[in-house]
Amino acid sequence: MLTLTINGLSHDVDVPEDMPLLWVLRDHLNLVGTKYGCGIAQCGVCTVHVGGKPVRSCQLTIGDVGTRAVVTIEGIGSTPNGAKVQQAWMEAAVPQCGYCQAGQIMSATALLDSNPQPDDSDIDAAMAGNICRCGTYIRIRRAIKNAAAKSA
Amino acid sequence: MADTQSSFARSDAYLSALIREVRSVPTASATVTMGRRTFFKLAGAGAAGLVLGFHLGGAAFAADGANVDTVDSKDQAMNAFIRIAPDNTITIYSKCPEIGQGIKTSFGVIIADELDADWNHVVMEQADINPKVYGSQGAGGSTSIPHAWDQLRQAGAGAKVMLIAAAAGQWAVDSSQITARDSILTHAASGRSATYGSLAAAAAKMPVPDPRDLKLKTRTEYRLIGKRYRGVDDPKVVSGQQLFGIDVQLPGMVYATYTKCPAAGGKVKSFNVDEIKAQRGVLDAFAVDGTGMMVEVMPGVAIIARDTWSAFQAKNKLQVDWDLSKASTDSTSQFSVQASKLATSFPQKADDKVGDVDKSFANAAKTVEAYYEYPFAAHVPLEPMNTTAYWHDGVMEMWVPTQQPDRGLPLIGKVAGIAPEKVVMHQTRVGGGFGRRLVNDYACEAAAIAQKVNAPVKLQWTREDDFAHDFYRPAGYHQFKGAIDKNGRLDAWREHFITFTADGKKEASGANLTDNLRYSIKAPNLRRAKTMLPLRIPTGAWRAPGDNAQVFAAQSFMHELSLASGRDHVEFLIDAVNRDVPELAPKDKSVNFSPKRATDVIRMCAEKAGWGKTLPKRSGLGLAWCYSHAGHVAQAIELSVDTNKQIKIGRIVVVLDVGPIIDMAGSEAQAQGASTDALSTAMGLKINIENGRIQEQNYNAYPILRMPFAPMTIDAYFIQSDNPPTGMGEPAFPALAPALGNSIFAATGERVRRLPLRDLGYALAV
Ligand code: FES
Ligand code: FES
Repeated sequence: MLTLTINGLSHDVDVPEDMPLLWVLRDHLNLVGTKYGCGIAQCGVCTVHVGGKPVRSCQLTIGDVGTRAVVTIEGIGSTPNGAKVQQAWMEAAVPQCGYCQAGQIMSATALLDSNPQPDDSDIDAAMAGNICRCGTYIRIRRAIKNAAAKSA
Repeated sequence: MADTQSSFARSDAYLSALIREVRSVPTASATVTMGRRTFFKLAGAGAAGLVLGFHLGGAAFAADGANVDTVDSKDQAMNAFIRIAPDNTITIYSKCPEIGQGIKTSFGVIIADELDADWNHVVMEQADINPKVYGSQGAGGSTSIPHAWDQLRQAGAGAKVMLIAAAAGQWAVDSSQITARDSILTHAASGRSATYGSLAAAAAKMPVPDPRDLKLKTRTEYRLIGKRYRGVDDPKVVSGQQLFGIDVQLPGMVYATYTKCPAAGGKVKSFNVDEIKAQRGVLDAFAVDGTGMMVEVMPGVAIIARDTWSAFQAKNKLQVDWDLSKASTDSTSQFSVQASKLATSFPQKADDKVGDVDKSFANAAKTVEAYYEYPFAAHVPLEPMNTTAYWHDGVMEMWVPTQQPDRGLPLIGKVAGIAPEKVVMHQTRVGGGFGRRLVNDYACEAAAIAQKVNAPVKLQWTREDDFAHDFYRPAGYHQFKGAIDKNGRLDAWREHFITFTADGKKEASGANLTDNLRYSIKAPNLRRAKTMLPLRIPTGAWRAPGDNAQVFAAQSFMHELSLASGRDHVEFLIDAVNRDVPELAPKDKSVNFSPKRATDVIRMCAEKAGWGKTLPKRSGLGLAWCYSHAGHVAQAIELSVDTNKQIKIGRIVVVLDVGPIIDMAGSEAQAQGASTDALSTAMGLKINIENGRIQEQNYNAYPILRMPFAPMTIDAYFIQSDNPPTGMGEPAFPALAPALGNSIFAATGERVRRLPLRDLGYALAV
């Protein structure tokens, strides 16, 4: 039995330690906002925050999470930057199919947490790991800038 | 069921029961505790409130040549449901799948405008799948809007008429003196007003208007149509709420993977069943024979486990001995060699023949020849294929992220050995379609597996499964010869199209020359012929099927011809599309191709892009146009190319005429998204096949464009002509690639005749 702290709540899970966090969240904790897209750290749809840093949850075993706090898309709205980013996303009507957007929002929020006023190259670097198959990048960039403007 | 065709008001619980009754089947979702899964129910079931269900169909209502869902319209199909609750909330059920094209928002806007509803109190819900109730429920070919345009407006207008009739009765005034706005009815003379919610119960008892008697709004009267909207599901999307097929979690559910032969058509001889069953978390493993149909169930091995990870881990250990006697041995490198050899001769039998190309070539001022080639491509929407299926009470109950749910029902019924009416399908939001989910193979597989599992089971494909078992966009090869007459006009077009066949008779799915190009290329002397190479790998519709690559070849070659003519490209194109060649005009009257609309988008695109302006060295401005999926579109790209073939995209301009715009924000998103997708595809996407096996297994080998390379500016302009509105999912894709190639030529003098550009050494600069 392992204990995880997710979105401020502690959860006991009875799964092997080598199971990636992604599948523990989805299949054992019913936190399905974090998505599966590639399983090999290529697409970014599984992005969550662990100890305040963005990580690909398909690559991180729960054994390696340890006592670090996990924040998922379901909880990010409770953080100041997360709420701003979600708001900016809706105002810019970013989503198309929407499947990538949880991961995009987690990456964008982590960017603003570490760099409140990112320029275009900062945005490129922070968001390069998140594929959007629908091609919403233009509005993602605008939404990040709008969210940053509100942070100032 | 006689009265389902008349419009009426009833509670949602009643409606749920009604829909079940139509199908004569019980559903688990109505009885089990769903917890967070209320998403799958008809929302508000059991709550006080009233439903207006509309049957609006039939040829009688096919105004302005818009296509009606003819298949089921005679069959008392109801096309829209509106529920007006006492608290004035208006719930509208969207019958088509939401795949990222924004239909759930647009459908609501269309109904709400005619209804004069307060958009802030409109709730959109996904309707379950039942063609008997709703008629056609697919999402493909950019047809949802043109098919539903009249029906949805009639639904909104009809509900409003009933509300007004109810108010007129209560107030004892003439209904013509009552005005509607923002879900409130007002009688100005007496100063009375009432909300729709307060009148809904009375409205339900009013006579149902004949749709033909309804007066629909004119464009100047629209209040909601044409404005900017955020997607109706966006709040759920940004907060990670359960929406997609992959998100379905049911009590007692188990998880499955399915492994098919990596070379299409192979069969299971045997597999290491004991070893697999002994894997951690595995509950069962068995071979499935399937139906032998690629669009249904091909042979494979199912592994059932307690969670997805355990199933995937066991799959990694799976060793199958495949019978390859019927399996594909296709090779894309061989196809390319074969095609280039075939291109040197022109077939005897022509598919299209106008005038006399040989005479034109003999008398031409100039002739041009060129050979174009593009590769196979995979769809790989970001949500991998999945379906949750629950076999109970003789019913196959399913939750499916599909583009074509209605067409899936009979196939699933066949696989499960039950009548289609015993298939209960819940439509989920779809994490990207692009044509992949027009095929319901993964849903059929889930049905086959569920019958052997005594619990709800979610079949989850890996990304590798998705790459290996797609219905690919076929490669194609075009040998062109064109002639320019002494006046610099296009005089002849000869095209040898080398494509593929699955059955040896006709082109494979998605591999035919598109009619859109037949209308668009108006050479007074024209000859087209094809040669078909046999293919075993399944192909299919890929966003803007046919057009998505054939327009690259055709409109790049048109640029070559314009250069040979010595005339301005834009003037050359406009001259060519306005030629009077009766043989090339659409025979089908419902085809809305219009040289004038084409001319207008080309002109406006040139103007917006600054056509003719002086650019720095190694910079270029290129343009192309297309008629695709009922839309007329021109695209222009300004870019620069350095000596290392690094392309810096400056600005992309897209001009579309798809008639009136329903949701301006959503339409801009489609224009930007399709342009980005087309840039991504032209630059880098290619599927290689060797010995029947797809070589690319995941996104690391299939470079979908990422943020650092995304264009900074894509400006979309809409000519909102007075034609009926048509779809936005596809038209902004096809002309981007030739615009890109033409602008590279303008910058460098180098012609792009093969995709992807990555293979020619080009890359996008950061
Ligand atoms: S699923 Fe983790 S990066 Fe794609
Ligand atoms: S919105 Fe569809 S993948 Fe990004």
